Amino acid sequence: MSPILAESPRWVRIGLVPALQLALALVISSLVVLIIGEDPVQAFAIMIRGATNLEFGGFHSTLYYTTNFIFTGLAVALAFHAGLFNIGGEGQAYVAGLGIAIVCLLFDSTLSVWLMAPLVILASAAFGAIWGVIPGYLQAKRGSHIVVTTIMFNFIAMALMSYALVVHISPLGGNSTDSRYWNSDAVFPKWNEMMPDAPFSLLNPTLILALVCCWLVWLLVWRTRLGYAIRTVGSNPHAATYAGINASRTIIITMAISGALAGMMAVNEVYGAQGRLILNFTSGFGFMGIAVALMGRNHPFGVVLASLLFGALYQGGTELQFEISSINPQMVLVIQGLVVFFTGALDRLVRGPVEGAFLRYQLAKAKKAEAADAAVAGGN
Amino acid sequence: MTAPAIELKAINKRFGPVWANRDIDLKVMPGTVHGIVGENGAGKSTLMSILYGFYTADTGEILVNGQNLDIRNSQQAIQAGIGMVHQHFMLVEPFTVLENVMLGMEGQAVLANARGKARKALQDIASRYGLEVDPDAIVGELPVGLQQRVEILKALYRGAKILILDEPTSVLTPQETGQLFEILESLRSQGVTVLLITHKLKEIMAITNHVSIMRAGTMVAHRETAHTSPEELAELMVGRKVLLRVDKQPAQPGEQRMEIKNLDYSDDRGVRRLKDINFNLRSGEILGVAGVSGNGQSELLKMLSGALAPNQGVMVLDTRAGHSELSAGSWRDAAEIRDLGIAHVPENRLRQALVKAFSAAENAILGYHDKPEYGETFLEPEKVVNATEVMMEAYDVRPRLPGLKTANFSGGNQQKLVLAREMLKEPDILLIGQPTRGVDIGAIEFIHRNMIAARDKGAAVLLVSVELDEILSLSDRIIVMNDGAITGEVMASETNEAELGLLMTSTAGEVPTAGNGPTGGAKAPQSEQQEEAVA
Amino acid sequence: MKTTFKVVAGLALSAIAAVSQAQIKPSVIYDMGGKFDRSFNQASYSGAEAFRKETGIKYTDFEITNEGQREQVMLRFAQRGFSPIVVAGFQQAPIVEKVAKQFPKTHFVLIDAVVDLPNVRSVVFKEQEGSFLVGALAAMKTEHDAVGFIGGMDIPLIRKFGCGYEQGAKYISKDINVLQNMTGTTPSAWNDPTKGGELARAQFDKGVDIIYAAAGGTGVGVYQAAVDAGKLAIGVDSNQNYLHPGKMLTSMVKRVDVAVKSAFEDEMKGKFTPGLQVVGLKENGVDWALDEFNRPLLSEEDIAKVQDIRAKIVAGDIKVHNWEDTKSCEY
Repeated sequence: MSPILAESPRWVRIGLVPALQLALALVISSLVVLIIGEDPVQAFAIMIRGATNLEFGGFHSTLYYTTNFIFTGLAVALAFHAGLFNIGGEGQAYVAGLGIAIVCLLFDSTLSVWLMAPLVILASAAFGAIWGVIPGYLQAKRGSHIVVTTIMFNFIAMALMSYALVVHISPLGGNSTDSRYWNSDAVFPKWNEMMPDAPFSLLNPTLILALVCCWLVWLLVWRTRLGYAIRTVGSNPHAATYAGINASRTIIITMAISGALAGMMAVNEVYGAQGRLILNFTSGFGFMGIAVALMGRNHPFGVVLASLLFGALYQGGTELQFEISSINPQMVLVIQGLVVFFTGALDRLVRGPVEGAFLRYQLAKAKKAEAADAAVAGGN
Repeated sequence: MTAPAIELKAINKRFGPVWANRDIDLKVMPGTVHGIVGENGAGKSTLMSILYGFYTADTGEILVNGQNLDIRNSQQAIQAGIGMVHQHFMLVEPFTVLENVMLGMEGQAVLANARGKARKALQDIASRYGLEVDPDAIVGELPVGLQQRVEILKALYRGAKILILDEPTSVLTPQETGQLFEILESLRSQGVTVLLITHKLKEIMAITNHVSIMRAGTMVAHRETAHTSPEELAELMVGRKVLLRVDKQPAQPGEQRMEIKNLDYSDDRGVRRLKDINFNLRSGEILGVAGVSGNGQSELLKMLSGALAPNQGVMVLDTRAGHSELSAGSWRDAAEIRDLGIAHVPENRLRQALVKAFSAAENAILGYHDKPEYGETFLEPEKVVNATEVMMEAYDVRPRLPGLKTANFSGGNQQKLVLAREMLKEPDILLIGQPTRGVDIGAIEFIHRNMIAARDKGAAVLLVSVELDEILSLSDRIIVMNDGAITGEVMASETNEAELGLLMTSTAGEVPTAGNGPTGGAKAPQSEQQEEAVA
Repeated sequence: MKTTFKVVAGLALSAIAAVSQAQIKPSVIYDMGGKFDRSFNQASYSGAEAFRKETGIKYTDFEITNEGQREQVMLRFAQRGFSPIVVAGFQQAPIVEKVAKQFPKTHFVLIDAVVDLPNVRSVVFKEQEGSFLVGALAAMKTEHDAVGFIGGMDIPLIRKFGCGYEQGAKYISKDINVLQNMTGTTPSAWNDPTKGGELARAQFDKGVDIIYAAAGGTGVGVYQAAVDAGKLAIGVDSNQNYLHPGKMLTSMVKRVDVAVKSAFEDEMKGKFTPGLQVVGLKENGVDWALDEFNRPLLSEEDIAKVQDIRAKIVAGDIKVHNWEDTKSCEY
């Protein structure tokens, strides 16, 4: 009676399919590179070397970008589990930067890095959480769609930050659109400052925080009751009501955590890498978090892998632009875009046929077995 | 011998890995009523959709009146003289009957002429087949039975000589069902061929000439109705012997567990869904709530289980948690009500009781996930899986894979998992809605037995079902709901379908309007379709 | 680390060697916005291109797209022995300060901001002087005694443009009405032609008939609105007269190209000098544009009068107030 409706094997779903998608993206990118008259093999060799090289810090820079993507990717992924599309990672991270700036401006001359770091992390998480919680509240209690409100909050964050920076923070000793440098005794040392052998990069201990957050998100989603509630609300709100889960409360809490995660991206940029608050320091990392979460299938481990890939694309792209002058940032953007396109937006293009093929194979096997059964039954 | 009205030869249809139809052969003789029975997911609806042009068969031939036809859309089916009445009606509610019948057949830009012609044609058809409906009535204001009649008129107006009816009685009262069968008789006598899809064996026996039985996508047998019995049909449908009657001892009601006083509820749009509901429920009895779907039963269940709060009224509970009184202002949410010893098997399992994307184990703790037995600080997967294995064993959920995604279980097994979750806790009060909807006959038997067993152990059971058979065979006491109000209370042993049918349409003051029907009525078929796709 | 050191040292040495042979490796790092922004970055680009065409010496360039790249790229340029490294845009200043300290033998040229290091040349422009000139011209040509200014993002640099423009206009006609609007407070204000067009139309409605836009890509919208309304506009940074011949009164040209080209040339000749260069009308760092596209709009008298004012500023007879000195436009 029951037909076979199993899923294709796990390794196909999370291994083979993304690999094929990536390959497809590279093939199309190669065509684009060919069109502008460059050698795609050489171009990708440069990208890969640029992203993995240890000598001049390519790999370190990849990890630095990865750190940003992990935070924003986790933020999107977690919200997704509650059925919320948090497009506000950019604004949440941006406002969190303001929180860090306030802490640093107040205490960087008096506190050591050991006291500053926890304070800064808390401040960034708190500011990000506030920026996430307001749209969450509006969604839960007022029904304002989270996509609309988070986008609007991105704009509000922009305006707030420009005002704060230009009018209040930069006069304290910075350029006209950034703050002064934080006292170097109060900030995270960069990897090359801790390891005298290491080449320069912006890599700093925030990466460890990012990985810890990954583990915590995994724990939250799959091992806590709150996570269970989040997933129930996200995949079937009616079942949540049935189970007695307070959906409004869950949505608000989820957005607070999501905002805090996005906010901690600012730790990497404002506290770790740049050591000061810069206008527009988020540079679209918040939005890329959507692609990262999509590609990482909203799983923390997947987010780490996707972040590594995007980090490598960013760093490899910088290197490519550096080495081949006819490749400009727009070209690099095209290549990155193609990867997002094939792994995210066009997911089904590859996934459908490949998983279908595996199912057909299983079906054929089952049919054979069935035919054998039928032969026996026919005998009766 | 004349050519069959419809002949299907070796029809095959696959959806991805699922064989919906496999080597189907079928002959329907003109001027007969031909029944097609099968459990949910047996492939009946798919087969009819192929015949009506919604799907195209992978392989196979369709012959209509001996002519080989390639039907690729419903327009071609209509041209071939095939009409279909869907489970949920395809009517424009604010339009009149005439406008609905004309829809898509206006023929010319100026409606006035067409309207005159259509009115005449409609009257001809109506008088010929005995299908009287006021052509100027607004469809949305007609009762469900009459709406169905409009659907039939629509098909006939388009020249249908072959009529497919998909589960036509699922939204009808017994009286309306009787009227429908009269119409079918009349159609048959006028030479119209009727294909009746149903899972109710009684209807097959009552009206059809021939019956074809489907199981798991294949056609397992064809019978002449006169030469078969419900028992044989059930066996053919399920593939093994089935007990159709429920064995039970008379109830021995104990102390009162629940008392509902003056419960009243209006929804967001201000429609009064529940009107002054009063009843009580005692341990050791099954109280059936009968009624046509969409007459307040869903709201009642939601309210008693805490998913919805009433505008007025009181619920008095006497359970292991002691005596408690909930009033409109101090209602509790589902988790708190569950803590008072009430378990709830909701009407629509995929919408309410389960999260499709979760594994069976995850669903096995839904609603109970806060209990310490599943882990102290964190949820502990081993404990959850162990508990699930116990449930699967006790309720024979197959396959016994706690890690398997819930969507991959059949409807019956999903339902058994829900029942196991709710009933193994031995609740004082069990609220249960449509326990066997979309569930195969084999599982129905099992579910019914377990409900009786729970009753005999002292549980107070409230059963909501639109299947009168189910209500009659399981309940000890029955209340009937119509238009949000209780229209009668009877003892199961002292009543019959006819009486219940009357109560289902009688009123507590008002004429039942069809306005209630579509909201509730539309949900049910939809969910069944979902389940069918999964099963 | 040793290998890195060797690489760096080797590169540095080769850089020095390269300089001595006059085989220089010049480079440009553009700011966000890209090298074809028709404005500031593009001016740096055309300076570098002019140098390449004249001398045949190739240069390398890079367009910054995120903050993380700035330091990395500048370091890579320095490590590879590029010199001079021309860095366009005030936002790069803090990074130049950092990197230039690590590579004292490499020459850096910072445009639009100041870093005080022995191997850094800082070039800043007296935009107020050029703006004064175009303001004066606008006041001469207006028929309603009202001229407008539309800035991009509201930052001190842009206030400086506006303030110079206002002074120039009032120099011609004391009671002239000078309307000033900023497009926004965020970087998107540099590239919002729609809003630029709206602001321009609003100013036209208030009687303005000539608008000066110092707003990057936003200016395109301002110019289009002027064309649509049959009014005049004044371009900025590059000579933008060609965009709408006959509708662009003039452009306030900021000779970033000259600054870039002369930095390359100085390096080639071994005459690179560090320190602050403040260039105004006198040094041909800023100017007004007169070409075949806007000449039909101007009479000989107009041209003579502008040239006269220009000469007065160069001679110091007219003092143009710099907004940044007082953070206000009071003079």
